[in-house]
Amino acid sequence: MMRWIGALLLGLMLLAGPALAVQPGEELADAAQEARARALSREIRCLVCQNQSIDESEADLARDLRLILRERIAAGDSDAQVKDFLVARYGDFVLLDPPVKPKTWLLWFGPAAILLIALGGAWLYLRPRPALAEAAPLDAAERARLDRLLAEDGEEGA
Amino acid sequence: MTQPLRFALYALPFLAVTALVAWFALALAPGRDPSAVPSALIDKPAPQIDLPSIYEGRPGLRSADLKGRATVVNVFASWCVPCRAEHPVLTQLAKGHGVPLIGFNWKDNPEAARAFLEELGDPFERIGSDPSGRAGIDWGVYGVPETYILDAAGRIRYKHVGPLSAEDVEGAILPVLRQVSR
Repeated sequence: MMRWIGALLLGLMLLAGPALAVQPGEELADAAQEARARALSREIRCLVCQNQSIDESEADLARDLRLILRERIAAGDSDAQVKDFLVARYGDFVLLDPPVKPKTWLLWFGPAAILLIALGGAWLYLRPRPALAEAAPLDAAERARLDRLLAEDGEEGA
Repeated sequence: MTQPLRFALYALPFLAVTALVAWFALALAPGRDPSAVPSALIDKPAPQIDLPSIYEGRPGLRSADLKGRATVVNVFASWCVPCRAEHPVLTQLAKGHGVPLIGFNWKDNPEAARAFLEELGDPFERIGSDPSGRAGIDWGVYGVPETYILDAAGRIRYKHVGPLSAEDVEGAILPVLRQVSR
């Protein structure tokens, strides 16, 4: 009995899909255009919630932007034209994938630059260093002086 | 390794950490709203606009109304609670400082907007009604309230996101107005 209830519950849970923000009335009649609109709206940031795309967001403004996006696509705009339309109004921030340009170089290349600096530092620290020069053996005069000094020490100690 | 190079190498981590701490301190400065999106239209002509008034029989809001002198355009809605909070500040800006203040009633119905202003007073010279929000989207509006400063040529020179406080007026709105009116 318990097993049946468990299976039933599991089945019900598997039936539940993610809630969709896109309402049926918003969709374009042309399936290919609608697919493009869905793909594109996943790349557009909802300005209200900021970490959701307009495709996922229930915000009023996200819905407006979804409709505008579909309007532009139905009117024959390319994906790039639709993005330009939105960027002209809301700036690059509206794109979830920031474009590579001088202002975003730090964002795109910063981590690689830090890695290079770290590797450079590690190389400086770990590189093989030349061994210390071997001490030259004492010549006869030095040896005689050393013996004399040791002998003096010995006398004082005695 | 030469002495100066060695010194530079030792100083580098210290300098890097100092720079990071300064960066974080700036980012945490009081009054800074990290979610505010800067306008993409700064120093660009304000997008074309042609809206009816919220009042029947009164002139609406057209691009020509935003030229010839510096103006402050306030985007508001009757359903917006922070708009209610900033309303006395706007009234002071228009009546106290004599700033030409234009209303941009966004995603609101004119009847509700009229009731809102009847209750709180109407400091606006004229008010455009944008119930669908499309004109606002052209301007890059993404919430209410927002406040724009336009110069005499009708270019957007400044944007404030969120309710205006008296400090915002003294610290930003009036200085920017003085600067663009020169």
